[in-house]
Amino acid sequence: MRSVKIILLVAIFVIAQNGYVNAQCKAFAKRDCLPELANYTHDGNYHAAVLVEGEEAELYKTFYSDMEYRVAIVGEEKLPDIEFRVIDANKNVLYSNKEKDFAKTWDFKLQSSQQLKLVVRVPSLNQSGQVPTSGCVAIMFGFKLKK
Amino acid sequence: MVLILVACLFAGCKGGKKAPQEDLEVEIKDNAEILQDIKQAERIFQALPSPLESAMLIKSAGARFEEKLLNPVSNVKNYVTNKAMALNLGVYTCDLSFASLYEQTQLLIDYMNAAKKMADGLGILKAIEQEDIDKLEENINNSEVIMDIVSQTFMNSNSYLEDNGQPATAAMVLVGGWIEGLYISTQLVDMNDFNGNKLVGRIIDQKLSIDILLNLLNSSKGNPAVDALMVQVGKLKAVFDKIKIDTTPVRPEYDQTSKTTVLKSEIKTDMTKEVFLELSKTVMEIRNSFVI
Repeated sequence: MRSVKIILLVAIFVIAQNGYVNAQCKAFAKRDCLPELANYTHDGNYHAAVLVEGEEAELYKTFYSDMEYRVAIVGEEKLPDIEFRVIDANKNVLYSNKEKDFAKTWDFKLQSSQQLKLVVRVPSLNQSGQVPTSGCVAIMFGFKLKK
Repeated sequence: MVLILVACLFAGCKGGKKAPQEDLEVEIKDNAEILQDIKQAERIFQALPSPLESAMLIKSAGARFEEKLLNPVSNVKNYVTNKAMALNLGVYTCDLSFASLYEQTQLLIDYMNAAKKMADGLGILKAIEQEDIDKLEENINNSEVIMDIVSQTFMNSNSYLEDNGQPATAAMVLVGGWIEGLYISTQLVDMNDFNGNKLVGRIIDQKLSIDILLNLLNSSKGNPAVDALMVQVGKLKAVFDKIKIDTTPVRPEYDQTSKTTVLKSEIKTDMTKEVFLELSKTVMEIRNSFVI
């Protein structure tokens, strides 16, 4: 009976919070992530989610040889620095922002078109006994024609 | 209502009697398990090229503009179902992106209005507002502002649908835009200039997105409209599977001057004219089923 109550409580909480959290996340993405694309044209796609410490998200996208790209990955201030890696079809890591002081953006271009995977991770602060922090993480792409 | 239910659950519906300490410990343990479940839940995004990116790829391949390839705005009145409006929101957004990149100013406004009607029909609030169209008219010769408006209105639509629990509709919008871009590209290929044609190269590249497209639709499997689309896209995949793409391992090299990483690799592809014609026919059939 107690577990049923907890499930119901969580469900009601999720429903009540969902719309509000999503709207907050969208506003955050527009305010904090979009400007990171600077002089690149935002492709118009929207990828954002509320992630908890220790949680990962993956994104699959094809990138074209005619373009120059900027990826911007930004997490809310209350979260630790967001880690991201870019991985090719053969599972080779092509870039890791951990080696670049957790840079929020990465600029790249391709000699031939590729499907790449981005793995985004909210590191865990490892504070035992505390509820893990959660917050919005936004992923956006900008492009421009290759010079 | 929610607050009353929450209050009731907290009180155990027993007149607010304080819970004993041992029960509290059980609840903490349960919360930890719930958080563990959340931790394990992985978010996966399938990112198709947006209509703006598709249009940019067509232009960068040196293709010409042909108005007759676009879906006429007069067709707007034909789209009354959720599926038709979602697919054609994608189609019209691709068409307006295409018109904007070729500086077809009047067409651009007409297509923005057509996209607005689709978004309004889907109940997408504030996706494309009259002030966006006014801003478009005021900046009709400023391509940067135009692209920003196109990108922003598209983001408004797909974020609204994602945030309001309509991922199937959001996926259909993306599919509509992607198929329209592929349709325009295949129609613009000059068969007398097939080998080494840059546009043909960009069409072959779309093979890399076909699994992303199927995965995107698969996440809304069970929705009858999505299931029907999956059958159509399955036929397209069968044709794409006839094209071979061999890529050498990717070598990242950092270019200090441009502060950009160059992902170096060589690619070998083969697509015969016969396979191209089959692909072109399949795309046309799918696209025509969207715009009728």
